[in-house]
Amino acid sequence: MPARTTIKDHWGEQRLFEQRVLLAAAVLAVLFAVLVGRLVWLQILEHDYYTELSQGNRIRIEPLPAPRGTIYDRHGNILAENRPAYQLELVREQVPDLEGTLAKLVEAGLLAAEDLDDTRRLVNSRRPFEPVPIRLRLTDEDIARFAVRRFEFQGVDIATRLARYYPEGEIAVHALGHVGAISEGDLERIDRAAYAGTSMIGKLGVEAAYEDALHGRNGSREVLVNARGRSVERVGPLAPRLGSVAPLAGRELLLSIDLPVQRVAEKAVWDQRAAVVAIDPSNGDIIALVSRPGFDPNGFARGLTRSEFVALNTDIDRPLFNRALRGVYPPGSTIKPLVALAGLTYGVATPRDAVACRGYFMLPGSSHRFRDWKPRGHGSLAMVQAIAQSCDVYFYGLAARLGPDRLAEFLGHFGLGRPTGIDIGGEKSGLLPSPAWKRQAFARKQDQVWFPGETVIFGIGQGFMLATPLQLAHMAAIIGARGSTFAPRLVTAIRDPVTRKVEPVPPKPLQTVSVASPEHWQVAIDGMLAVMQGGTATRSAQGAPYRIAGKTGTAQVFTVGQSEKYDEKAIDERLRDHAWFVAFAPAEDPKIAVAVLVENGRSGSGTAAPIARRVMDAYLLRKFDDAASAAAPGALGGGE
Amino acid sequence: MSYGRLAGATGRTFSAGASLLSTLRLDGPLLVGLALIALYGQFVLYSASGQDWGAVVRGTTRIAIGAVTMLVLAQLRPGFLRRLAPWLFAAGVVLLLIVDLIGYIGKGAQRWLDLGLFRFQPSEIMKLAVPMTCAWWLHERPLPPDLRTLAVAAVIILVPAGLTIVQPDLGTGMLIIAAGGLVLLLAGLSARGIALLALAAAGAAAIGWNFLHEYQRKRVLMLLDPQSDPLGAGYHIIQSTIAIGSGGVFGKGWLKGSQGQLEFLPERSTDFVFAVVAEELGLVGAIVLLLLYLFVVARSLYLSMQMGDTFSRLLSGSIALTFFVYVFINAGMVSGLLPVVGVPLPLVSYGGTSMVTVLASFGILMSLYSHRKLVST
Repeated sequence: MPARTTIKDHWGEQRLFEQRVLLAAAVLAVLFAVLVGRLVWLQILEHDYYTELSQGNRIRIEPLPAPRGTIYDRHGNILAENRPAYQLELVREQVPDLEGTLAKLVEAGLLAAEDLDDTRRLVNSRRPFEPVPIRLRLTDEDIARFAVRRFEFQGVDIATRLARYYPEGEIAVHALGHVGAISEGDLERIDRAAYAGTSMIGKLGVEAAYEDALHGRNGSREVLVNARGRSVERVGPLAPRLGSVAPLAGRELLLSIDLPVQRVAEKAVWDQRAAVVAIDPSNGDIIALVSRPGFDPNGFARGLTRSEFVALNTDIDRPLFNRALRGVYPPGSTIKPLVALAGLTYGVATPRDAVACRGYFMLPGSSHRFRDWKPRGHGSLAMVQAIAQSCDVYFYGLAARLGPDRLAEFLGHFGLGRPTGIDIGGEKSGLLPSPAWKRQAFARKQDQVWFPGETVIFGIGQGFMLATPLQLAHMAAIIGARGSTFAPRLVTAIRDPVTRKVEPVPPKPLQTVSVASPEHWQVAIDGMLAVMQGGTATRSAQGAPYRIAGKTGTAQVFTVGQSEKYDEKAIDERLRDHAWFVAFAPAEDPKIAVAVLVENGRSGSGTAAPIARRVMDAYLLRKFDDAASAAAPGALGGGE
Repeated sequence: MSYGRLAGATGRTFSAGASLLSTLRLDGPLLVGLALIALYGQFVLYSASGQDWGAVVRGTTRIAIGAVTMLVLAQLRPGFLRRLAPWLFAAGVVLLLIVDLIGYIGKGAQRWLDLGLFRFQPSEIMKLAVPMTCAWWLHERPLPPDLRTLAVAAVIILVPAGLTIVQPDLGTGMLIIAAGGLVLLLAGLSARGIALLALAAAGAAAIGWNFLHEYQRKRVLMLLDPQSDPLGAGYHIIQSTIAIGSGGVFGKGWLKGSQGQLEFLPERSTDFVFAVVAEELGLVGAIVLLLLYLFVVARSLYLSMQMGDTFSRLLSGSIALTFFVYVFINAGMVSGLLPVVGVPLPLVSYGGTSMVTVLASFGILMSLYSHRKLVST
């Protein structure tokens, strides 16, 4: 034993330890009493309450879904709201025979046989004892049919829920998006607990992009259900205390969409394959965003059957396809004002230098003729007139002097070849070709070569270049605002549904486009004004009390889908050129910039420009001439 | 020392069985108490696992492994255990550092060390190594301990506890602190010392709160108001109080608890097995189980008082009280008195390494007791 132990007081330490053990034993006895006391409290004093909860009646925690936020246009018109609807719900644990019950529901006409697989998956992906909606939007007849045979469907019941409703139907559907049943993919992204009781989630457009704000926070309440899974009530001394947490309604969105203008734009292209985008150049607000054909979002909110969905999805006109954001087309002549600006900025052209147009252009040392749209040529033209007459030869030469790299870089400043940054998802970038792009885009060596001829046609927006209608509206807005740039946006403010407090979403300025001299903007704008006064789109400006700056364009169609090859008439129509028109007005202080694309519309001036005019009239003059809209489709045709 | 002699005398003379036990260096009453709890546990486990014989077989296998471990440890001499303590502690700290480092690199919770054949949780070692090392440290020092001695003991406790809490495993970290703290209390820590430590613990808890993971904070807050999140973390507590309360005095009967059998009750065979006991066997069944635990603790404390040296006394006392702490925390958590921290019910909860470590600690206790004559006083 070490020496130190000698100073230890063994007897004293033994006694100290024994004291401590006794102390510990006392504390232990108290804790033991607390435990037993708790058990006595739960198992004797509260026994009846908990028995009630657990045995004859089971407590079920029922989620209370938060009402989804309402969506308004800029004038306060409702674009999306919630309405009560009846739905069929199933609690897996309370169904004795799932397959048998589902089969009987199909037999009773309450469930489509083709949806059975989806229903099974949905039922198996939920928490225990959570009601799963298996059929939405019951009609009165459905409810009656169910009521008669209710006893056969143990564990299935009718519930009232708020369902999404779009009072405008197809109007603005490609901007709004829609809600749809939560898919398995969605389930992996979202917090399942937060979505307990929610059956719908934003799928596209504003509904998807602002899902978090719109969804709100679900509440919950405890309900009693009897052994057969039905909700029951208890009164008297045995009535259990049921807790609840109130849901928090989703926030309201105020959109920049101007519903009357949107309607005019929709109706102007109703029966065509077309897109219209109108933007306020001073802040990027989207006034109208149209893609036709559209579809009724209420179908998705109600729940489409598989065959309804297949029909929409395989329609030859592709109604589900958002042409405004995702349709990419060669921009054609609409980019000529930009090419002119590029020439001025890089000093390879002046406003005064005239070019003699004989109807074709040849590169030095080559005999290939790049033809003008006007076979005999325009004669001698300076820049403004070249834009006004849309002279191809002028821009062939200008593009050749600029070279593809400078051209691509300059066009890039205007949001071409990249996403515009609109506040909803899914937009395409389009394509700005360049020698560098070509090297990495193609696998085969011989495809990677950039030919001088490709630079030439780049100058008139043909070749590889692609742009979306949204991008061209954005581009027109930038020209109109003389270089100041905002990301296009749909949501301008978010409002709390309870406090009514409005939280504005500030406009999102982007990098301002700079040119060598501010006067250069005026040259390009003068060219676009001349388009409307003696130029290609003169007719569409007639009688306008404000000055329009515009530019027509056509995009060549090269290929036809295979499924279309047997319909002679359809081939003919679908081989026609796409018609473009971009514009802004009033020219001196633009309030609106518009891009119109009509697939196979043939002529920018004949087809697209009148549509843009109606949209501008509606916005600037508040002129909503229904008779004119009705007559609109007849205006198709006529050449340049 | 009078009762020590008496107990020793009874142990040696009564029967052949007793003499076999004393040869094996086991304590008869303690062994019977542990065996009854384990048996009771397997009986409940069959029901709680949804009548899965496989679970019972695996549970029994763990008991067997634990029993062998206990038997082996009971043969070791206390002097050897005492000299082993600091080395075990050092090895444990190194392993904890390695685990934390792997967790840090892997950017996730890390409690395990994968040894290929089996996975192993270094923090489990610490539940024993910390009280052993505290007892070792205090062994040769006069008691009650002075401030300097206490400061070193605090480091011995807080370093491994901290390393465990950052894993993050709050439950085990708190148990390590409890195991070490109990040694200090038994060593005669003064009232002022207790107040000082309590103050330090409160400070550490306040700072620690900021380092807690969101889910851990949620669990503590949930205790205050389980209804606030009935679909999420509150679900456990709501369902287990319903199970206990609906059990009543005599219970719904073995295999007949609707909460457990219909899977309303989460983790019914592991952390929440006590709710199954209370639901199916009632207040009576729950109190019988608690009394068995109480007997084991009381017997262990009694044995600890027979021991002649500081190391043995402190360590065995700590083992006994820590065992009770486990029981109290688990039963308290299941019945809604304490937050859900994930502490298993010793000798009953299915799974994990707890069965083996608990029996190992009693093996050490028996070694300390059965070798007490060899330690000079």
